[in-house]
Amino acid sequence: MRRWFFLGAACAAAAALGTAGGAQAQDVKIGFILPMTGQQQSTGRQEAAAAKLYMAQHGDTVAGKKVVLIVKDDGAVPDNTKRIAQDLIVNDKVTFLAGFGVTPAALAVAPLASEGKTPEIVTAAGTSIITEKSPYIARTSFTLAQSTVPMADWAAQNGIKKVVSMVSDYAPGADAEKSFKDEFTKKGGQVLDSIRFPLANPDFAPFLQRAADQKPDAIFVFVPSGQGGIFVKQFVERGLDKAGIKIIGPGDVTDDDLLNGMGDAVVGTITAHFYSADHDSPANKAFVAAFKAANNGMRPNFMAVSAYDGMHLIYEALNKAGKTDGDSLIAAAKGMAWESPRGPVSIDPDTRDIVQNVYIRKVEKKNGELYNVEFATFPNIKDPIKAAVAK
Amino acid sequence: MLTILYDGIAYGMLLFVLACGLSVTLGLMNFINLAHGAFAMAGGYCTVFLVNRLGLPFALGLPIAFLITALIGGLFERTLYVHVYARSHLDQVLFTIGLVFMSVAAVDYTMGSSQQFVQIPEALQGQFEVDGIGMGKYRLLIIVICGLLTVALQLILAKTRFGSRLRAAVDDQRVARGLGINVGAVFGITFAFGSGLAGLGGALGAEILGLDPTFPLKYMIYFLIVVTVGGTSSITGPFFASILLGIGDVAGKYYVPKLGAFVIYAIMIIVLIWRPQGLFARGAAR
Repeated sequence: MRRWFFLGAACAAAAALGTAGGAQAQDVKIGFILPMTGQQQSTGRQEAAAAKLYMAQHGDTVAGKKVVLIVKDDGAVPDNTKRIAQDLIVNDKVTFLAGFGVTPAALAVAPLASEGKTPEIVTAAGTSIITEKSPYIARTSFTLAQSTVPMADWAAQNGIKKVVSMVSDYAPGADAEKSFKDEFTKKGGQVLDSIRFPLANPDFAPFLQRAADQKPDAIFVFVPSGQGGIFVKQFVERGLDKAGIKIIGPGDVTDDDLLNGMGDAVVGTITAHFYSADHDSPANKAFVAAFKAANNGMRPNFMAVSAYDGMHLIYEALNKAGKTDGDSLIAAAKGMAWESPRGPVSIDPDTRDIVQNVYIRKVEKKNGELYNVEFATFPNIKDPIKAAVAK
Repeated sequence: MLTILYDGIAYGMLLFVLACGLSVTLGLMNFINLAHGAFAMAGGYCTVFLVNRLGLPFALGLPIAFLITALIGGLFERTLYVHVYARSHLDQVLFTIGLVFMSVAAVDYTMGSSQQFVQIPEALQGQFEVDGIGMGKYRLLIIVICGLLTVALQLILAKTRFGSRLRAAVDDQRVARGLGINVGAVFGITFAFGSGLAGLGGALGAEILGLDPTFPLKYMIYFLIVVTVGGTSSITGPFFASILLGIGDVAGKYYVPKLGAFVIYAIMIIVLIWRPQGLFARGAAR
């Protein structure tokens, strides 16, 4: 008797909760899945702040609908990402999925995006193949090759003939090494040696010594964001900069988020990347000022601008499509172009990947802080890996 | 070539300072303290806080990091560890791993998860060129400090009353207690000192190994290898083991970069097959 009473009460409660949730059927929910804890925490922190800034600046109503931002932490573990994405699609009925701090996270969710017909806006992960895994994926962040190929071009055009490539031994490192080497040798340069060090690497000393002994003009380096400072410090400690060897590489090494903590040893490092907090445009100056004001003086980095642009893409796609189903939204996103704080960007209608300027920058000290100062531009770079295949 | 030797010795010395506390604890108390790396991390973060935020000179930051970590070690020993001494090794492992996770989360929460860079003084940056060997100034400091520490530790062990009490307690705890040695106090002081050394090692190593909240998990394996290869019944065992491992690791990475990181494990496997109790240990007393 009592058991039936409790069962009945539980059903009534569940029904009440269910209907309470249904009142917001007109809302557009954006599910941002970011690594807010763990090693990639800096990515999550920057991106969540940027997404919130965009909403604060542009309001929370788009095309007559209320936009709700949901930020979830996956700790950069793909199993978590998949589970959270499933929950967001089925229970929260999100209109967009966004974020994805590492490549495996973005890849894990691709089949869910296809099945649920939910647009997946990648605002962090950088491996080339991601956008090919589902027709519902669009990217506003970057691909690693977009940075390494112009770096190779610039190096070949500026008297650097012999390079030793040093990368961390994991997928993005291998991507960087290969795309740099292919382009650099095509432009007439010579890669003397390709050194890979373990991802959890205590000490760069022996690798640096080996690279230095081959007397290259420059060392091409790619390491995950936290290790860049240590690498450059040990490079300078060994006196390699005085031996005339330059450091070149994608801008992950001189991440704006960590740059000031790296010390003066990194001044002079040349990198190629799509965003510097120092980028001289009115849009960027406004973005950086607003970001710092809202976040205790924290400087935005390339992850923040990727999330900011991701929100812009979402808002504009909603405005243009007028409808909220996945197919219309992705169709609206294709070919969209706008002026981002990083420069002019567009979404390639064929690959749904981002097309953007890549800048060559040098680390300089300005007003007591370290900045990546841009001095050369490679305009409108599409992802070279997919472009080569398309040819 | 000789630069590699120099770098290897510096790296080995650093490993020694970090690991010798663990070796003594394991040999003395038969207690597996996997949270040893957490004390090293604490020392590193102390120094970062003192030198970067409070502006203290680096030379002052190091001894203060040692003292603070030794105090934390002593405190934990009296309040937490003392309850786990009599338990099985599995319980000790579970307990200390739990401590590691708590320390990682605590540091992550308070200091953030990004890499920390210690601002070392100008005088320690760069290197000397001696006879074609590039000798990094900071690594020279490590070699000097760790060398002095080794000599001091050996002297304490061999020439002081405390040292003889410690050696007696390591050899046979029950008889030492029977002779009136306060083994509990010896444990406490040794544990605190060992943790302090780990903290000093973490502070020194921040420049070379990097410092972030996952430090204890990343480097624990290296400390354990030093202790395993060196044996736990003396100071000289881990000392020579860490020099051997340091040179092996650096040389391996220089000559065969693809396999270089594996050299350290290969050495451990070979040593364990040849002498399971470690290079310099006597056979197990119990």
